[in-house]
Amino acid sequence: MAAISREEVAHLARLSRLAVTEEELDTFAGQLDVILQSVAQVGEVAAADIPPTSHSVPLTNVLREDVVTPCLTPQEVLSGAPDAEEQRFRVPRILDEDVAS
Amino acid sequence: MTTTLPAYDEVVARFEPVIGLETHVELGTNTKMWCGCPTDFGGEPNTRVCPVCLGLPGSLPVANKAAIEATIRIGLALNCSIAQWCRFARKNYFYPDMPKNFQISQYDEPLCFDGYLDVEVNGELVRIGIERVHLEEDTGKTLHVGGATGRIHGATESLVDYNRAGIPLVEIVTKPIPGTGALAPEVARAYVTELRDVIRSLGVSDVRMEEGSLRCDVNTSLNLPGAEWGTRTETKNVNSLRSVERAVRSEMLRQASVLEAGGRIVQETRHFHEDTGDTTSGRSKETATDYRYFPEPDLVPLAPDTAWVAELKAALPELPRLRRKRIQQEWGLSDLDMQSVVNAGAVELIEATVAAGATPAAARKWWLGELSRRANETGVELADVGATPAQVAELQGLVDAGKLNDKLARSVLEGVVAGEGSPTEIMTNRGLEVVSDTGALTAAVDEAIAANPDVADKVRSGKVAAAGALVGAVMKTTRGQADAKTVRELILERLGAQG
Repeated sequence: MAAISREEVAHLARLSRLAVTEEELDTFAGQLDVILQSVAQVGEVAAADIPPTSHSVPLTNVLREDVVTPCLTPQEVLSGAPDAEEQRFRVPRILDEDVAS
Repeated sequence: MTTTLPAYDEVVARFEPVIGLETHVELGTNTKMWCGCPTDFGGEPNTRVCPVCLGLPGSLPVANKAAIEATIRIGLALNCSIAQWCRFARKNYFYPDMPKNFQISQYDEPLCFDGYLDVEVNGELVRIGIERVHLEEDTGKTLHVGGATGRIHGATESLVDYNRAGIPLVEIVTKPIPGTGALAPEVARAYVTELRDVIRSLGVSDVRMEEGSLRCDVNTSLNLPGAEWGTRTETKNVNSLRSVERAVRSEMLRQASVLEAGGRIVQETRHFHEDTGDTTSGRSKETATDYRYFPEPDLVPLAPDTAWVAELKAALPELPRLRRKRIQQEWGLSDLDMQSVVNAGAVELIEATVAAGATPAAARKWWLGELSRRANETGVELADVGATPAQVAELQGLVDAGKLNDKLARSVLEGVVAGEGSPTEIMTNRGLEVVSDTGALTAAVDEAIAANPDVADKVRSGKVAAAGALVGAVMKTTRGQADAKTVRELILERLGAQG
């Protein structure tokens, strides 16, 4: 059984705002399936007493003190922006989109 | 919707509400959550931004220790358990208020969980369960242009300022709150008020709803008695304590009218409108899986050790509700009087005035009387009215020393509020001191007697009550700067009558 369906790829493409053609859906579904199947093999090796790992380094509590450091200039900040206006990033209108928090 | 809304009494007689509150608090740290950019309010657009909060390739976030501590302290103040180990998570979504297309938040491993907050509603204690307190980052500010009045609908483009993006944001979520019946709107308001006071007492945020450092979403559902809980809606854009109460009430009325008409409630986000007090439908809620949460790979897990948490717990300040109880006893106030002090936002002000030397009664008189009146008239918070506790204490000191009577003290206070200086300075500069010079007073009394021979005769013949007119005349010549009691005694003495 495939690890990812064509529909799931289409769904993810929509969430990521990627324009994917019908043909590409087939191609990507196949390629992603190979990747997911390969990764799944790790799960077969892992014994029940090995907890799932999210971080490869055995570190916790990497914190910094609450001290101000220099920022970029607005010119630097906007240098990579496709478009800017009033010292702000200018983006196409947003409608029916989700907002965080 | 054009249907007439049912009466509130009928709604609560027929349905049981369940409410829930989600509150976001911007922490008052010096720097952002993951980088050293400053968090100060009101800077020019995109001047508090660096590669980390812009999400530029190769940049890596590092958690702000002060923000972690503040969140643990909030959790402890809300009687939560503190996670011994937890992770941050990426919340993926496509919206330009975050430049990196995701927000770092916490998902199923909040830093604090399972607590409660006791709030008082009409003298009764209501225990509000706290589901979780977690830490995330605030988003940038989006300006919609091309549409009418800055609204997103009809806008042709959006301009984004990332100064706010990455400021530490604490999210506090209650457990569902059933069983409050008709009091649901008041319980919601009382909870947010108490939460604000708790957080303010911790000194971790200025918790100003108008400035957006405390923001509230209100969940509401209705069910028939004994039935399962109904479908809930989430009302956003609730920006004042009063709006919290109004939003719950208005949503209860709307849902009841839908249900009464045989309709069903759609699970959705609704927007509260301050002007009308209504809510309107917003986006429909995307399911959690659409955010594709996964553990944030760029941040290592957090494991607050027991000693650190214990240290933070030991250093918690006295919490507002207990402090109010203690103060009420110390000041000898009835529940009702204490309530009016709390409602006026005067607890800290009176406390500081007492600390500066005034009696609780005198301090309360000024803050709840003259100064509350002025604050209401000018539409400002009592704390911003223009007088400090030290000035009020000084003013009362002048009254106690007999240098000011009540009327003069009010004039001096006017000067204080107008920024003319300290009470003593204003008294001197405006020449408002009580005339205590007996010679000057006696002259004024003699003048009054000479100018009103008829009245003087009446007093001489024993009609002591008539002396009031002479007292009035003396107060007039001294421009109110005499002590009325002293004046009266002087008049009676002059006319050989007995008080």
